[in-house]
Amino acid sequence: MATRTIAGKTVTVNDEGFMTNPAEWTQEIATELAKEEGIPALSEQHWKIITFSRQDAGAAGKSPTLRRITTGTGLSTKDLFSLFPKGPAKKVARIAGLGKPEGCV
Amino acid sequence: MKKLLILGAGTAGTMVANRLRKQLDTAEWSITLVDQNPTHYYQPGFLFIPFGVYGKRDVIKPKRDFMPAGTELILAKINAIDPEAQKVELGDGRTLRYDYLIVATGADIHPEQTPGLSEDAWGKTIHTFYNYEGALALAETFRGWKGGRLVVNVVENPIKCPVAPLEFLMLADWYFHERGIRDKVELIYATPLPGAFTKPLASKLLGGLLEEKGIKVEPEFMIERADPDARKIVSYDEREVEYDLLVSVPLNTGAPVIGEAGLGDDLNFVPVNKNTFLSNKYPNIFALGDASNAPASKAGSVAHFAVDTFGENFVRYVEGGELKPLFDGHANCFIESGFGKGLLIDFNYDTEPLPGRYPLPGVGPFTLLEESEANHWGKLLFRWMYWNLLLKGEELPLPARMSLAGKWKR
Repeated sequence: MATRTIAGKTVTVNDEGFMTNPAEWTQEIATELAKEEGIPALSEQHWKIITFSRQDAGAAGKSPTLRRITTGTGLSTKDLFSLFPKGPAKKVARIAGLGKPEGCV
Repeated sequence: MKKLLILGAGTAGTMVANRLRKQLDTAEWSITLVDQNPTHYYQPGFLFIPFGVYGKRDVIKPKRDFMPAGTELILAKINAIDPEAQKVELGDGRTLRYDYLIVATGADIHPEQTPGLSEDAWGKTIHTFYNYEGALALAETFRGWKGGRLVVNVVENPIKCPVAPLEFLMLADWYFHERGIRDKVELIYATPLPGAFTKPLASKLLGGLLEEKGIKVEPEFMIERADPDARKIVSYDEREVEYDLLVSVPLNTGAPVIGEAGLGDDLNFVPVNKNTFLSNKYPNIFALGDASNAPASKAGSVAHFAVDTFGENFVRYVEGGELKPLFDGHANCFIESGFGKGLLIDFNYDTEPLPGRYPLPGVGPFTLLEESEANHWGKLLFRWMYWNLLLKGEELPLPARMSLAGKWKR
């Protein structure tokens, strides 16, 4: 397993750049990863989604699907696509320090 | 007398009833199945119907033909499940009590969940081959079709048989070639996935195959709505794909009654332990086949391997033993690639499909992730195996757990 330093902290990542230990995540890391995903600044709505996703993953043991995020946050799928353009499920999971979403078998 | 109740007499329900009737003492256990439909569908056969390879009679048989002696099949709708009281209410007014419940109600398509899909154009310029009626209607449309843009779109994953949309496109390439109008047909695959398939290596190899056949992939396409008047589908990020004929794989969900009983996730699939199929909520409820949320392919082969491991586990469990984590996510799928050829993929939770040879005494080896004629015959032979061996819970010469024998590791 590779490691890399994000926002001054060394964390373990897989070969697709997803963090493998959610406990190593910090808000500063999220801000950095968001920039890598083409999101220059995280708004309140971004944080609402990230916070929900981390809580949900903590309970379910896996990254939430888009459907789960919309049900849990009250935001629409359209909103998710404008906040996290192209592949929001994957981007949310990466920025929130969670594993790559499974469920697309 | 202990009561085992199985909801759904499709592929998984029928197989597990046959398997457990052999393994559980008839003096101690009653086995009852409930299903609202008297007809058993050979679902893998739907793929071939639009192209005239299979007809109605190839894919349907009465469910009763596959029920083992010593089980009861009740043909009724399931109105409600009460997991706390351990009872199920049927549409005919009866209430069934159970000691153990196996949910095998499968997955079904829901075109009404995507705006524009199942309205006036449904069955005309918008089709599906994911159910019996849809496959027959598409066969009818294809017969008179003069060519144009044919778009296949997967609405959302997971879907039953994740390779079927690819097979459909490759068979379409062959079919229109044979009809002499391939040059008038554009084939496009709009998928929510980043590539042709879910697993990296298979995605690359299958993607290459699609390219060779002139099939264009529109990746990461999450459909928001269909616009039947303008004949286009629109994604959430406002990309548009125009079509003359749209073949949709609509949203797949578990049975609504599962959700109403509090047994389902967001898509009405039952959350289970992925190695044992025990419900996360109730110690006397299991879910097998497409009905569970196990992150394995929703496919008949997976249900078969699952039942193979489940039988002995269930017997041990009801006698007070522990469930062992026996199921490894094993899937084994023939993929039709057209022109009388096919591929075979064999994988599980941890190992993605790898190239190599799949050894099968007497018949094989079959080529893995590589086209061959043997794989095409394997696929057609599978229909005979399904009706005559698989459903009846007979042993197949295939190990339930995936083996790395013959596979080329990277």
